[in-house]
Amino acid sequence: MDDAQLLHRLLGGDERAFRELVTRYHSSLVRTARYYVNSDASAEDVAQDTWIAVLRGVSNFEGRSSFKTWLLRILVNRARTTGSREHRAVPFDPTNAESVTDGRFNQNGGWSEPPAPFTDAIDDGIANERVIALVRVAISHLPSPQQAVVTLRDVEGLSTAEVAELLELSEANVRVILHRGRARVRNEVEKELYGGAT
Amino acid sequence: MRTRANDLVCRAAIELMSDYIEGSLSRRDRRRLERHLAGCPDCSRYLEQMRLTIDASGSVSPDELAPEALDDLVEIFRAFRREDGD
Repeated sequence: MDDAQLLHRLLGGDERAFRELVTRYHSSLVRTARYYVNSDASAEDVAQDTWIAVLRGVSNFEGRSSFKTWLLRILVNRARTTGSREHRAVPFDPTNAESVTDGRFNQNGGWSEPPAPFTDAIDDGIANERVIALVRVAISHLPSPQQAVVTLRDVEGLSTAEVAELLELSEANVRVILHRGRARVRNEVEKELYGGAT
Repeated sequence: MRTRANDLVCRAAIELMSDYIEGSLSRRDRRRLERHLAGCPDCSRYLEQMRLTIDASGSVSPDELAPEALDDLVEIFRAFRREDGD
């Protein structure tokens, strides 16, 4: 069932529809909130408040944007308020892309330790369950700006422009953070598949 | 193969890959990267793995929610319904 159908049922008071929406989006809400607030517990609280706001506001939802975008906007507004109350400085990206693979090139910039094949991770050309599970864990280990950006862009499928608007970053910045996050996720998958080869 | 002055080394090539997948590289960088990829199986493999990782991210199902977290929210939902009914 798609979001619009669930929303329709939610308006009619259907508890199962609410459960389904929570199950679908709660973890992305928490990950995105974590970008703004000081702790995991605080991110949980913001996500919970967001669902309360959804229940309050759902009858006014006009469907001009998708439910997902509407939901994430509510979350970001709340997370931002909570973050500023906590005097949290929104983190800049502390990692440097090259540090992920730095030791793997020779001094001429060619691979000294080339990427190991992901043979076990692919069935008929697509990612199998094992790699999907590894990717999920790797995303949850990303540092906070990368985690929010990779979650919104690659897990939730928002466009780069939407991510930039939502997080109030430039698109160029989103692309840099995205690149670093993706490189890190790829590396962690490789490490897991090859038992710490990197 | 003769190397040209603006040829990419592998270390620089992988820095362009996410933008390449996004379709946001300049035409010049795209050509440089494609030229590099044509002669570099290792970087081609890296690109393929980057694509696979992104595809897999799109298939990540929501994290298992702690039952208490879901229960709390369902409680809130029920309280809301009661209020609504009043």
